[in-house]
Amino acid sequence: MTTSILVENATKMFTIHYHRTLKQKAVAMARRDTLKEHFLAIDDVSFKVEQGESIGLMGLNGAGKSTLLKMVIGVMKPDAGSVRTRGRMAGLIATGAGFHPQLTGRENIFLNAAVLGMGEAETKRKLDDIIGFADVGKFLDTQVGHYSSGMHARLGFAVAIHVDSDIFIIDEGLAVGDKRFRQKCAQKLEEIRVEGRTIFHVSHSEAAIRRMCDRALVLERGRLVFDGEVEEGIAFLNKGAELDPAFTEDELGADI
Amino acid sequence: MTSLAAPAQPELVEPSAHGLHEVFRRRYLLRLLVRRELNARFSGSLLGMIWSYINPAVQIFVYWFVFGVIMDMQRTENFPVHIFSGMVVIHFFTQTFNAGTQSIVRNKQLVTKLPLPREMFPVASMLVSLFHMFPPMLMLAVVCVAYGWTPDPVGVVAGLLAVVLMAVLGTSLALVFSVANVLFRDFGQVVTILTSVVRFSVPMIYPYTLVDDRFGAEMVGAYLTNPLSTAVLLMHRCFWSGTTNNPQETLQTHFPDHLFERAGLAILASLLLLVFAQIFFSRFEKRMPEHL
Repeated sequence: MTTSILVENATKMFTIHYHRTLKQKAVAMARRDTLKEHFLAIDDVSFKVEQGESIGLMGLNGAGKSTLLKMVIGVMKPDAGSVRTRGRMAGLIATGAGFHPQLTGRENIFLNAAVLGMGEAETKRKLDDIIGFADVGKFLDTQVGHYSSGMHARLGFAVAIHVDSDIFIIDEGLAVGDKRFRQKCAQKLEEIRVEGRTIFHVSHSEAAIRRMCDRALVLERGRLVFDGEVEEGIAFLNKGAELDPAFTEDELGADI
Repeated sequence: MTSLAAPAQPELVEPSAHGLHEVFRRRYLLRLLVRRELNARFSGSLLGMIWSYINPAVQIFVYWFVFGVIMDMQRTENFPVHIFSGMVVIHFFTQTFNAGTQSIVRNKQLVTKLPLPREMFPVASMLVSLFHMFPPMLMLAVVCVAYGWTPDPVGVVAGLLAVVLMAVLGTSLALVFSVANVLFRDFGQVVTILTSVVRFSVPMIYPYTLVDDRFGAEMVGAYLTNPLSTAVLLMHRCFWSGTTNNPQETLQTHFPDHLFERAGLAILASLLLLVFAQIFFSRFEKRMPEHL
């Protein structure tokens, strides 16, 4: 087995500055108020993901999921410890980021594909698939600024989902588009899973984690508090939380 | 799940790649980013790219009218060419510096979410400014031909050196200030002021000989260490000197000695600055995401 993602004692500290300008700082200092505070967004987290594994990262809001995700994809560096990955990474992160409203859908496909690490030849080869998947019809050569929010999201998804990679990242908030599009996404993700690519899935949706993942990680205030079976992980996360059984996930609207 | 897999293997690497060499490796993306800026700039306007000719034309007219006609600076031959040849490169520099400084903050959507080499954005700003320099450069050449100018090889080399110098210096400063601007937005304001002062620090709206007259030889030495002055003089060598009545005499009296040696030194110094800028950028870059 080969290791796909290796996180060793990763720690990330943030500083909260309570005052922005020099004047505010001077006033606060005179009053002996605290000027800034540190907090650990990620606190000594270690785990290892093997190639082909499908991992679900869960945790309450503010537990550090996004920070950990950013370190895994390389947007942030840990202050201590290390995060290393093997092979190309892609996925449903920041879909549609960098779309320029004044460029057409087609131009934006090329730009976004390049941002996600695709070359010109690769983009051209997959162009038909991407266009077919996005299904924006005659609006393909219209400025993206005129798109409906659903079309905008579909175009972003279509590009992101077609990038070849060894590690596929899924950030939460997959609930875009109508039911038909969501089914199409779920189907595509299933293909990716079967292909044996490593999946790193960050989500609040228990149903999505159940369906996609074979291992769960739970973060709590920056610490990794659970690493194991999906069902146990979900139970661990819900332990202590008093949930009203009247609101099932279905009614609240799950991802995908 | 307990794993019995082998320990970390050599291909495991830190997920992000940075540095100017990485920007060069991903030049296809760089090309698209530059094209995005160029296409988006005039989209929705009827005249489109024509605006990039109208803007410098109006500027050259205003400078000529105010300094050439109202203030009647007769001591300099072909004053519009004198101003405009300098202004073309200075404008390229200030655009690179200004837009480059803002580039990371403006692209924060990409910077905070995707692992791109962040040097990409200041470099793209420089290339966009470079493209925007071509229309005014072309207009300058047309005006010069009207004054009876024929390009000479040494002049062309001088012009190219001026552009290279401004590109390297502009990129270096853009790298440093783009990071600084993320940490403290004050730096954006500083750069705005700096770039407006810059156009008066170079022999553009006044002749180089005036510095000598007013401040004496020692001050000229200090004045000429400014690489921007060197760039403007190189542009004068390229365009303006050839339009004067007696180009040989102009070269003797209106230019400092060893212009090309100065240019070479300035370029070397700028390259060195670029290395430092890269080190500075890498050092402070990791603090970027939490400030955006």
